[in-house]
Amino acid sequence: MNDRSAPIRWTQLAAPSRFYGFAGGVIPWAWAVSLVLAAAGLYVGFFVAPTDFQQGESYRIIFIHVPAAWMSMLIYLVMAFWAAWGWMLNARMASMYARALAPTGAMFTFIALWTGALWGKPTWGTWWVWDARLTSEFILLMLYLGYIALTEAIDDPRRAANAGALLALVGAVNIPIIYFSVRWWNTLHQGSTISMTAAPKMAHTMLTAMLLMTFSFWAYSFAVAFTRARAIVLEQESDTEWVKALRR
Amino acid sequence: MSLLLAVTRRDLLLARRRRVEALLPLGFFVVAAGLFPIGVGPEPQTLRQIAPGVVWVCALLAAMLSVTQMFASDHQDGTLEQMLLTPQPLVTIVLGKVLAHWLSSGVPLVLASPLIGVLFGLGAQAIGILALTLLLGTPVLSLLGAVGAALTLGLRSGAALVFLIVLPLTIPALIFGTGAVVAVDGGQSAQAHLSLLGALLIVTVLGAPWATAAALRISLD
Repeated sequence: MNDRSAPIRWTQLAAPSRFYGFAGGVIPWAWAVSLVLAAAGLYVGFFVAPTDFQQGESYRIIFIHVPAAWMSMLIYLVMAFWAAWGWMLNARMASMYARALAPTGAMFTFIALWTGALWGKPTWGTWWVWDARLTSEFILLMLYLGYIALTEAIDDPRRAANAGALLALVGAVNIPIIYFSVRWWNTLHQGSTISMTAAPKMAHTMLTAMLLMTFSFWAYSFAVAFTRARAIVLEQESDTEWVKALRR
Repeated sequence: MSLLLAVTRRDLLLARRRRVEALLPLGFFVVAAGLFPIGVGPEPQTLRQIAPGVVWVCALLAAMLSVTQMFASDHQDGTLEQMLLTPQPLVTIVLGKVLAHWLSSGVPLVLASPLIGVLFGLGAQAIGILALTLLLGTPVLSLLGAVGAALTLGLRSGAALVFLIVLPLTIPALIFGTGAVVAVDGGQSAQAHLSLLGALLIVTVLGAPWATAAALRISLD
């Protein structure tokens, strides 16, 4: 188990020691990919993409806002998935990874709300409206905070992981409501511009910039979540042989 | 069925022996709702507008306040562990306890809501709808609160945590509950909101007791 030079198969990553070594190798690469893509995405978004004929330059914040909003929802689903996996199969590494994801998801939710407010002020004339989408995103932030608070309040790691998993699953019911809220409640927020079925209605450079930023955020999430997961592994495995060996 | 009724009867009996404690949520509800006119100002138009929201939010908070008691005393004296060990289905026991909680702390809120409605100057029809939405909505609060209470069982900051983790989940009930009253007050039909609230109740009844049972098993593992 401690032979870290052997080739890694992904099922072995369920062992905290293997995960620790693997994640340590991945983190610098994830950072590099994230920074390169962010530089490219921001360059395309701010210098190449054309000015919007209705919203002027202020629309450019969507290159951060939309990827952050996507990530906030995706990370919740991924978190709920790994938490549920850890709960059902009693896989500790999955539970630790779910806990490592939560603060990143909460941060992206906050960024999505914040940049949305910055975009709303020049476009709608107000920082905040209580329409369905904004409210759902706000609820998502509360769900993240509830998950973090619950898992931090429980001392026993196993109970914390399982209780958090149940809460995350219950909260996952909220994700479809966010996504379909625009159709359910007919309100201020414009419909989503990108759809999987129809051709994109925006200029290709804008889409390119948005996708670059999305992948950058994705790589960033891997880097940060792996770093946090490594810390959690060390904390929970602190009395095992391999962690003691690291300390020597 | 008899198990459910037995659990409900036992919890109601316990509630009746501690009458003041059982009526605390009602007291909180009335006092909290009564603070709003003093804080917001006595203009009848404003009060009428905020009435549904105030009543609903106070009901949410009152329900969360009392819900931690659903399992706490049974947990302290070890009864809850015996309940988990019985061959009887835990879901039924949970349902019985939720039913008792709703009867002892939800129904009083429903009965008191017309009084608050009068204080806020709502019309007769709006008051009726308000009570009806609470009748449909308070069981949802008890059911969701049970999940939170089971998850936070025995934690130091359990009571505050319940607010944080359960209140976001109750928002749909809040939206549809107040929406119905606002619709009636504006001369429209409350049908859609009431249907959605009813659907929410059905979904919660089908899901929440299982989640609560699972949470109890996690907490007492």
